[in-house]
Amino acid sequence: MAIFIDSSSRVVVQGMTGSEGTKHTTRMLASGTQIVGGVNPRKAGTSVSFDLPDGDSRGSSVDVPVFGSVAEAMAATGADVSVIFVPPAHTKGAVVEAIEAGIPLVVIITEGVPVADTAEFFTLAQAKGVRLIGPNCPGIISPGKSNVGIIPANITGPGRVGLVSKSGTLTYQMMYELRDHGFSTAIGIGGDPIIGTTHIDALEAFEADPETEVIVMIGEIGGDAEERAADYIKEHVTKPVVGYVAGFTAPEGKTMGHAGAIVSGSSGTAAAKKVALEAAGVKVGTTPSETAQLARELLG
Amino acid sequence: MDLFEYQARDMFEKHGVPVLGGIVATTPEEARAAAEKLGSAVVVVKAQVKTGGRGKAGGVKLARSPQEAADRAAEILGMDIKGHTVHRVMIAQGADIAEEYYFSVLLDRANRSYLAMASKEGGMEIEQLAVERPEALARVPVDPTVGIDAAKAAEIVATAGFDADVADQVADVLQKLWGVYQAEDATLVEVNPLVKTGDGRIVALDGKVSLDANADFRHADHAELEDKAAADPLEAKAKENDLNYVKLDGSVGVIGNGAGLVMSTLDVVALAGEKHGDVTPANFLDIGGGASAEVMAAGLDVILGDPQVKSVFVNVFGGITACDAVANGIVAALGILGDEATKPLVVRLDGNNVEEGRRILAEAAHPLVTLADTMDGGADKAAELANAS
Repeated sequence: MAIFIDSSSRVVVQGMTGSEGTKHTTRMLASGTQIVGGVNPRKAGTSVSFDLPDGDSRGSSVDVPVFGSVAEAMAATGADVSVIFVPPAHTKGAVVEAIEAGIPLVVIITEGVPVADTAEFFTLAQAKGVRLIGPNCPGIISPGKSNVGIIPANITGPGRVGLVSKSGTLTYQMMYELRDHGFSTAIGIGGDPIIGTTHIDALEAFEADPETEVIVMIGEIGGDAEERAADYIKEHVTKPVVGYVAGFTAPEGKTMGHAGAIVSGSSGTAAAKKVALEAAGVKVGTTPSETAQLARELLG
Repeated sequence: MDLFEYQARDMFEKHGVPVLGGIVATTPEEARAAAEKLGSAVVVVKAQVKTGGRGKAGGVKLARSPQEAADRAAEILGMDIKGHTVHRVMIAQGADIAEEYYFSVLLDRANRSYLAMASKEGGMEIEQLAVERPEALARVPVDPTVGIDAAKAAEIVATAGFDADVADQVADVLQKLWGVYQAEDATLVEVNPLVKTGDGRIVALDGKVSLDANADFRHADHAELEDKAAADPLEAKAKENDLNYVKLDGSVGVIGNGAGLVMSTLDVVALAGEKHGDVTPANFLDIGGGASAEVMAAGLDVILGDPQVKSVFVNVFGGITACDAVANGIVAALGILGDEATKPLVVRLDGNNVEEGRRILAEAAHPLVTLADTMDGGADKAAELANAS
């Protein structure tokens, strides 16, 4: 088990033939992900050859077919996950296509999507029962099983820690800190004001996942997602949760890189989030290394 | 990006929202000319600052002649309102106000949707109204795929309990304000007050608009709304190079890749600084997931141009971009900067191909560069160096 993706996940890549899509498809394949197709209406019927690492059981390379639409790719391959690498101006169209095709999970890596577009496609996804992860996220990895997005596969292997974070490199940092333990799944949910999968969604899934024993939740300034996650933990999570919140030193009114990372007035501060999490019984570290140490103590 | 009131007014007018005449002025002379042009018996001189409470601070004054408008403008220009210097005033036509209302539509992060708020009791601070008399503030969810159509506008007006004689007019204005929100890719459109005039018209007397920078690619005209004068010169320089930079007050320059990791680095530096004379971070600088030599050089250039910076902490986790590429970037950046690089650099690399990255930096043996093994160790060293110089 793992959450949202595992070794049976069959992944289609929207934007596979673009430079980012090609680069990351190569990496996803190298880490064992079942990439079953790409989508590009102008290149439908062709295929793209990707080199595989030495010693891969699939051979030295693999040909991935390109389909004209997500629906065609699903019909031909049984794809159940789509990962999106198209530019911001075309992201809404790509996501809506995937939702309308009824694929169960859509992972949106693209950074810089207008929030109005996200609000629209999130509403559609809700109505259709489609899970979105992102946008503006590094994706999700269940080490040794499947890797959908841009998270480096070589930081650490499978283990008992479940990790949820808004940020990409901070996810990698925490995986690195706990590389001696490994992860059931690490998920980067993205730093935009509206995201498809929240901390709470990931907490719920980790709570239900038998392979996950300790949950590490990384938050950051802005909004009240961490406070709401704290309320959820109090009511619904029995597994130990370790927390970290980035941005204690962030000034009011300045956006720190992520569109959602802004302290407005007295709300959204790291201190307030830490207090809320601790009140829910979450052990909160003040640095990534201290947070990792707290998790390590729980893992025994 | 938050707009000034006069920019919001112009945007409202463009989308058919009823507004009164208003002209921006940066000098008393311009204020006089604006008042003459507007030609109304009374004009209001309003400080243009991106903060609330300007009325209480004396930033809004009536004038009964062009000369008075110039005099009031002279008083208001240059005022400090909550740390914001007034560089512009708007000369607005005076209004005969019968009733004041409130309306806003905004991004509702918690519900991942939009929310409209409306009240018959406008004019006051809406946060105060929300706390003291929450029943007087109607909150109506807005479906992002539908927006505020006639039915939704009628629902908002009914929920807020607007009187029958203005209900249709208000509903019409709400739909036009939604037009602004949608067409301009706003994340907030707020009118406080929305007024009924003595002759029964509904008019937006003030306006607050925040725009989504992610949507700039479909709004070429939004670039000119930016208040370049207000930006910190280092922030402006960083922006020219597409760097994500925020100036802070401390002395330890920080460069990292990825917003979350950089935020975290600031915290770790501040924590380390407690042991080294309470030094704090000088900036936030995210050079993005990749970290090419050019981007690294541009980032270092911005940071080293900050006279407050005493040391620099480069904290990079090589994910997609391998550490050897980052190390080469740092070496090349120092080469490009040459004699301009004068402050000590502490570099911490981890992740993809870290051994090779560290080897490259060790071999280059640049006199300004110190290698650190961990994020905590690097922050400590950088804080120590900043405190020592």
